[in-house]
Amino acid sequence: MREVNVKELIPVVKKLCIDANYYIGEDVIAKIKEFKEKEESPTAKNVLDILLENYELADKEQMPICQDTGIAVCFIEIGQDVHLTGGDFTEAINEGVRQGYQDGYLRKSMVADPIIDRINTKDNTPAIIYTEIVPGEKIKITIAPKGGGSENMSEVKMMKAADGIEGVVEFVVDRISRSGGNPCPPIVVGVGLGGNFEQSALLAKKSLLRSLTVQNPNPKWAKVEKEILDKINNLGIGPQGLGGRTTALGVSILSKPCHIASMPVAVNVQCHAARHKSVVI
Amino acid sequence: MEVHLTTPLKTEDLEKLKIGDQVFITGTVYTGRDAAHKRLVELLQKGEKLPFNAEGQIIYYVGPAPAPPGKPIGSAGPTTSYRMDPYAPALLDVGMKAMIGKGPRDQSVIDSMIKNKAVYLAAVGGAAVVVAKSIKESKIIAYEDLGPEAIREMKVENFPCVVANDVYGNDIYKSGVEQYKR
Repeated sequence: MREVNVKELIPVVKKLCIDANYYIGEDVIAKIKEFKEKEESPTAKNVLDILLENYELADKEQMPICQDTGIAVCFIEIGQDVHLTGGDFTEAINEGVRQGYQDGYLRKSMVADPIIDRINTKDNTPAIIYTEIVPGEKIKITIAPKGGGSENMSEVKMMKAADGIEGVVEFVVDRISRSGGNPCPPIVVGVGLGGNFEQSALLAKKSLLRSLTVQNPNPKWAKVEKEILDKINNLGIGPQGLGGRTTALGVSILSKPCHIASMPVAVNVQCHAARHKSVVI
Repeated sequence: MEVHLTTPLKTEDLEKLKIGDQVFITGTVYTGRDAAHKRLVELLQKGEKLPFNAEGQIIYYVGPAPAPPGKPIGSAGPTTSYRMDPYAPALLDVGMKAMIGKGPRDQSVIDSMIKNKAVYLAAVGGAAVVVAKSIKESKIIAYEDLGPEAIREMKVENFPCVVANDVYGNDIYKSGVEQYKR
């Protein structure tokens, strides 16, 4: 049994919020460079150059890559031999988010009520926190700030088994086609297959944590990812929707078993600022 | 083509623009997004004056990040424009000449641009530090309670964007995609 005071988590979460927003992953840079080589549209090439310049400037100037510093999505794996002490765990995570968004000059984008008055909470809390109990005595914290523009283009569909893999591919490609330039392409497409209604959405979100330069470990899904990616890039949407061959940098699938009657499919759209940072304590 | 424009915008300058042209703006832009647009259009519906003179002006759809010490503004890239579609024609009708944002507009906004000889300019979404570098001053002029959604008056120099809809009803989001789809 290892005791961890929840107050120790506050500075860790704070730093992850800031780092995730200032420093883009090397995988995104590598993919944008790779696609730029193949890009046919001069406008698109220019946009990709501006994105690369922006990542560099964000790092140098210590400013967020995008003004939409997102909703703070936190994935926290807690070892089952950890005993959390010293106060409220959820409040500690929110305090870390609060401090990170305040001291990192990140935008506060949360409203307290979704419909009636939409008053800004002014500290970007509450965070969205997913906990998972895992073996061991470590804690892994991942912060994945998620912008609103791309999130708005996401969808869950309860499909039929008869729709088959062709139906799934068609649904995902159609969802991206209908999104056009809205989600800040080049995008990353997270796909959650199976589970139930809500688990498919969570799988889609989690799939976005995979590095763009890492292949799906399951060759069956790697093949489907490639098929979806090629179809999306043949849509012609291009960077920012201005036309081009670079609409998506990658597709990532996560799947789980599901009910005999169901085939849930979720698409979570991620803008090119595919931000996530993790730490193990 | 590369074009340098200064505000307030003149109709004859806008008539020369074609979709795909790179535009660099110098002068003043006013910011506004979802919540501010709702309030602006409510003012117009009540017959009241806007908090700024719209004639020849540009509205930039942005909710910037806070300014770090020593900088006029934080990261300040465009937000997705379709959410402002229900409000945009009312602002063009009172003299606004350009909108800056990202992503396609609906036909009602395109029709209003033709009618009012106005344009829609696309800034690069997610290039928020690049854009911030062109913003030299920023002050809140209305709706401070809205936080990042408050209306700001920004002084910009060579603010980079691309003509997405010109005054003739052309739409880069349609023609660009047509050209590169397989």
